[in-house]
Amino acid sequence: MESARQQTQTVCYHCGEVCKEDLVMTDDHAFCCDGCKVVYELLKENNLCSYYSIDQHAGISPKLKNFQGRFNYLDDPVVQQKLIRFNDGETTVVVFSLPQMHCSSCVWLLEHLYKLDEGISQSRTEFLRKEITIHYNPQVTTMRKVVELLTTLGYEPLLSLDNLSGKEQKSPQRVRVYRIAVAGFCFANIMMLSFPEYFHITEEGDHQLQTFFSYLNLAISLPVLIYSGGEFFQSAWQSLRAKFLNIDVPLVLSILITFVRSVYEIVSGTGAGYLDSMSGIIFFMLVGRYFQEKTHHALQFDRNYKSFFPISIMLRKGKETEESIPLTNLSVGDVMVIHSQELVPADSKLLSDEAHVDYSFVTGESAPVKIRKGELIYAGGKQTGGAIECEVLREVSQSYLTGLWNRDAFNKGEKVHTTFIDRLARNFTIFLLALSVGGFFYWLPTDMTRGLNALTTVLIVACPCALLLSATFTNGAIMRIFSRNKFYLKNPAVIESLAKVDHIVLDKTGTITNNVIKVKFYGDELGEVELEKVYSLVRHSNHPLSKSLTSHLSFCDARPVTDYVEIPGSGLSGRVDGIEVKIGNAAFCDVDDQSKTSFHGARVHVVILGHYAGYFGFERSFRTGAPEVIDGMKSAASLSFLSGDNEAERESLQKLAGANTPMFFHQTPENKMDYVKSLQDDGAFVAMVGDGLNDSGALQQSQVGIAVSDDVNNFSPACDAILEGSAFGNLDRLFQLAKHAQRIILASFGLSLLYNVVGLSFAVTGTLSPVVAAILMPISSISIILFTNGLSHLSALKLKLNH
Amino acid sequence: MSAIYILIGASLSLAVGFLFAFIKNAKAGQFDDDYTPSIRMLMDDEIPTEDTSKQTNTNL
Repeated sequence: MESARQQTQTVCYHCGEVCKEDLVMTDDHAFCCDGCKVVYELLKENNLCSYYSIDQHAGISPKLKNFQGRFNYLDDPVVQQKLIRFNDGETTVVVFSLPQMHCSSCVWLLEHLYKLDEGISQSRTEFLRKEITIHYNPQVTTMRKVVELLTTLGYEPLLSLDNLSGKEQKSPQRVRVYRIAVAGFCFANIMMLSFPEYFHITEEGDHQLQTFFSYLNLAISLPVLIYSGGEFFQSAWQSLRAKFLNIDVPLVLSILITFVRSVYEIVSGTGAGYLDSMSGIIFFMLVGRYFQEKTHHALQFDRNYKSFFPISIMLRKGKETEESIPLTNLSVGDVMVIHSQELVPADSKLLSDEAHVDYSFVTGESAPVKIRKGELIYAGGKQTGGAIECEVLREVSQSYLTGLWNRDAFNKGEKVHTTFIDRLARNFTIFLLALSVGGFFYWLPTDMTRGLNALTTVLIVACPCALLLSATFTNGAIMRIFSRNKFYLKNPAVIESLAKVDHIVLDKTGTITNNVIKVKFYGDELGEVELEKVYSLVRHSNHPLSKSLTSHLSFCDARPVTDYVEIPGSGLSGRVDGIEVKIGNAAFCDVDDQSKTSFHGARVHVVILGHYAGYFGFERSFRTGAPEVIDGMKSAASLSFLSGDNEAERESLQKLAGANTPMFFHQTPENKMDYVKSLQDDGAFVAMVGDGLNDSGALQQSQVGIAVSDDVNNFSPACDAILEGSAFGNLDRLFQLAKHAQRIILASFGLSLLYNVVGLSFAVTGTLSPVVAAILMPISSISIILFTNGLSHLSALKLKLNH
Repeated sequence: MSAIYILIGASLSLAVGFLFAFIKNAKAGQFDDDYTPSIRMLMDDEIPTEDTSKQTNTNL
């Protein structure tokens, strides 16, 4: 049984990945690679194997096995100083961001680091922020050793230029918690002290007591008005100074009028005022904003190139010595040593013989480019072969890639979203002011008091807080539904922008397709001997298709090749073991391309000894659900496709999206950005969906930039929203949910207006007793909260989204 | 009825005390991370059964 299952599919005991041929066995557990085994043995040695019993297959495969010298820069006191939070010679405290942290096993292991390194006295994780705080003794261990330990375990700390420049900022949410606490406290106490008023317990002789309560209420309401309400005043003041009416202006107006009238009533002894309503409004508003803006701590939406580059670079000093320096100190003329899978941080000249640079990060084109000695490597390229050396030609900030950030789109600052609420607020305020002032002047000639009454009553009753509550709580609910579907928004205003989108631009490579190329042979079954011949031939060619074919056939043995000829753009031919083999496009192989239309990707035909054998098809597989998503979005908005890649998949894409959908290939980052701009100039409201750095210009230019990322905590360019790759299949329905949200806001706004009108009419006729009014006020707010939340979850349910 | 003045004063000062306790704790960061402690509290310091149950055949 056991062995039978192992033959079909064995998963790694450590990381849970399916093991391929080179599986490693230890202690009856299978491991997919040596890295996983090493971690397991390290844990076993230190009696930390309960790691595996908390969550199964919790481990992270340590992909970078060889980090010899990679962290040497951490011995530099200048770099250390930037990372250290606290140091007294005995204890040093550092905080690292560990994006790989993903489950309770991780937390367990990371909090037991003291068992693996005796210099570490304490380590505490913060799961939501994906951060770890480590206390270590600098005399026993070093920062480099700590980072190397973490990397060995698979949790490589995210150390980038960006991390170094900015330290922890205090979250505004914490201040809001204080404000909510104060407002809640005062709200409850004011309501309690208003009991005599609610129940008309005004016997004779108790007049003094009631006055005392009223003045006490007034005193308690001051902290609500000044401290808790402070942020509304600030925001209203800012918007007035910018000659713009946002929703906080009428809110503040209403709060102030309520307060002034209450003070007047209390001082003149004519009534108890409306201080309970006032503090209630402020309390509910603050709670609403708290939920709406509950941020995604671990995500960053404002990354620029700095976040993607390493913080240090190895320099060649002399023949044998390498030295690690911070990237900020890199200057023109330095000789860098770039190891495999590392980014080239600045435009530079290659000094080694050859390099294979993967520019997918910059251009989207996935096939590595071969660069010869003396040629230029652009910043952002990733070396895929062995270590290379190159000479810096331009400083980091002057390089081609970083030059993109000097374009307009990056300098216009925060995108300004004029929201529906703001527009409504303006009209609402003008209408309200007109109504109350009109009422005032209508009564003024006959009855001054009545005029003042009308003025204040209208402003108090028609407070826009109902509208605001509807919007904030709906947005809050939608944001939470989105994040449960692995779609993270930068701020609530993005929901409304999403609803307005009428043109969606999609990047192809990495966004709607996976990054893996599938190779399949169509035609007569090729035997091992034939495959060997194909392999022997293609391994000499550097064409991207040859490259992927070579890696696809890498299990074959190479045979000697004679008469090798490569005709660029056509194919290759040669003799393997004396037998003539031709591999190339249809014309090169003399076959009728049209006869085999079942496959739409790129094709490479094979002719062995003059006999046509068939072709290899190359296809990038679409992300799960991509066809359905494209189908779903087609009906709601116009689509366009941009790709930095070649045209190989034009046909299959065109079939999916419809023949008239615009598609552009070989696009540079600038092209993409300009395309989005041209759509906007034609009046479109554009959403850009992209991945890598090559889309960052377009993401920034578009009204809504959505970054698709397989590892949301790691790499995503600056954007308005981040979508996890695995959740791509929901994208069309997420757009729909944003549209529903706008309708929910309107509906609950209607409901709250109804409350106000009913309340106003009762108030005018005087049939509502104060106690009923006092109870109804919070109940109406709570019912709106329930209404918006319920409807949001209902529409998520209808759209078959997680909720 | 004058007792009520004292009672109100007492109840208010008690409530203010709680308010300050809350703010003080929020300042200390107690409400920043509401997730990790929920994992942490379920973890035992040692799970001694590890050696006996899982590695009986490999212990040398």
